Amino acid sequence: MTRVLIVGEHANGRLNPSTAKCVTCARAIAGAEIAIALFGSDTAQVAGEAAQLLGVGRILRIDHPANSPTLAAVLAPQVVALAADFTHVFGPSTTFGKDLMPRAAALLGVTQISDVMAVEAPNRFRRPIYAGNAILTVESSSGSIVVATVRTASFEAAPAGGSASIESRTLNVELPTHTRFVSLSSANSGRPDLQTARIVISGGRALASADNFNLLYAVADKLGAAVGASRAAVDAGYAANDMQVGQTGKIIAPELYIAIGISGAIQHLTGIKDARTIVAINKDSEAPIFEVADFGLVGDLFSVLPELEKLLS
Amino acid sequence: MSKVMVCVKRVVDYNVRVRVKPDGSGVITDGVKMSINPFDEIALEEALRLRERGAATEVLAVSIGPADTQQQLRTALAMGADRAILVQTDAPVEPLTAARVFLRLVEKENPRLVILGKQAIDDDNSQTGQMLAALWNRPQATFASKLELSDQVARVTREVDAGLETLEIELPAVLTTDLRLNEPRYVKLPDIMKAKKKVLDMITLADLGVTPSSNLKVLRTDPPAQRQKGVMLKTTTELVEALRSKGLVT
Repeated sequence: MTRVLIVGEHANGRLNPSTAKCVTCARAIAGAEIAIALFGSDTAQVAGEAAQLLGVGRILRIDHPANSPTLAAVLAPQVVALAADFTHVFGPSTTFGKDLMPRAAALLGVTQISDVMAVEAPNRFRRPIYAGNAILTVESSSGSIVVATVRTASFEAAPAGGSASIESRTLNVELPTHTRFVSLSSANSGRPDLQTARIVISGGRALASADNFNLLYAVADKLGAAVGASRAAVDAGYAANDMQVGQTGKIIAPELYIAIGISGAIQHLTGIKDARTIVAINKDSEAPIFEVADFGLVGDLFSVLPELEKLLS
Repeated sequence: MSKVMVCVKRVVDYNVRVRVKPDGSGVITDGVKMSINPFDEIALEEALRLRERGAATEVLAVSIGPADTQQQLRTALAMGADRAILVQTDAPVEPLTAARVFLRLVEKENPRLVILGKQAIDDDNSQTGQMLAALWNRPQATFASKLELSDQVARVTREVDAGLETLEIELPAVLTTDLRLNEPRYVKLPDIMKAKKKVLDMITLADLGVTPSSNLKVLRTDPPAQRQKGVMLKTTTELVEALRSKGLVT
């Protein structure tokens, strides 16, 4: 019998969409019983939201003052305590899950399966390596617990329509005090996050200056898009480091990716290849970016961007 | 005495276009340029800067891998590491095994801080640092973009999905690096010559009493699905219409 525990991610009383994607991954295992664990100081509201996810049987609320804000070192021993009743423990492949899940896996004595993109059998999964340039099929030895992070770009969110039971649990676990939360500052000025945005628009060296990125921001605002940049644009100082999309920057998989003045170096392409739809706009009709684009437009970005802004109004 | 231990991994250079072997048994690595994992280079750079501003007295570079990994450790020594240890093995090393090896080295060397890259660009696992912190029962600060070190604690800014999170962690601790932490220095020729005289110890997993974990088995390696070539449009209006008809924009 497969029993999957999902470590839910949430903030400000709302469930992160990554949790519903983990549910879809867990539902890909035939006959799996699914529970979601929620760690926080008061998870009542978010538990109500999680209980509606289709296919989830139980919500486990672990309310404790030390669980808010969430710290990997504090959560890991609690995940381990809960894991005894489960065959699988899943978390999202977000910074929350990537931080926490390997810590729990080590305490459980297993290597984690990172970034699950497909389920082939209860103990057999597919995951990308080399930034998606190769896909591994890995099997967990029978009898050992499966700890995995779920690549959120590979799964749709589970729909509502469920009615899971909600239970509060108290865990008898010693919690470390060596790690303290100080602050969280939102980096972006109200713009969507690069890694979770539905639409991303990125600029390359052809933008030619930091000022010209404003042309991109204007279009991004019309689309509600996150803004990224190629490594060349970052190296030239036109865009901040944390905007870099590519193998050594952020690997993203939005529904729509629009590359403006980006030629398409390998290291950039590997960071965007999982986007559902890729649009490339470039002056050079021979640019490699057109090889992967669903829609290509050869043109001068300095006329195309203002046109786009107008047409999208 | 304040030591920083940096874990470096030998990986296929990030400029190489990786190809899958036709028989699905792995990726082609014969004759391919190998380098220090870029995130580990950032880890080493941070350790060197700590030493240069007096916050550390020794930088120890360690690695696990085949004998050829000496090349990457020599590069680490040329960058400025004081000493290196290679735990030699020809077998693939799972993150949990790596963490167990590093724990043994930590117990021998007593570093105040262990710095690793946030992930290796070959297997993209992003596990070893967190696992070492778990087994060592010490704090972790992953995806670090800023580090301030004082006597007892480190204040670390982390790149998280929601923005920048700052943690205070008691030392000793484990740090994993994100891109923005620093820009690694280039190695100069005289440093390469000097590095040849530095100590590079070679030991084995057995010397450390570590048996490899293997709860995971790789069955197959496949190339990714190829994207189909799309359509070229002539005007911005055509483009917007195409996106609207697919429901991608309103």
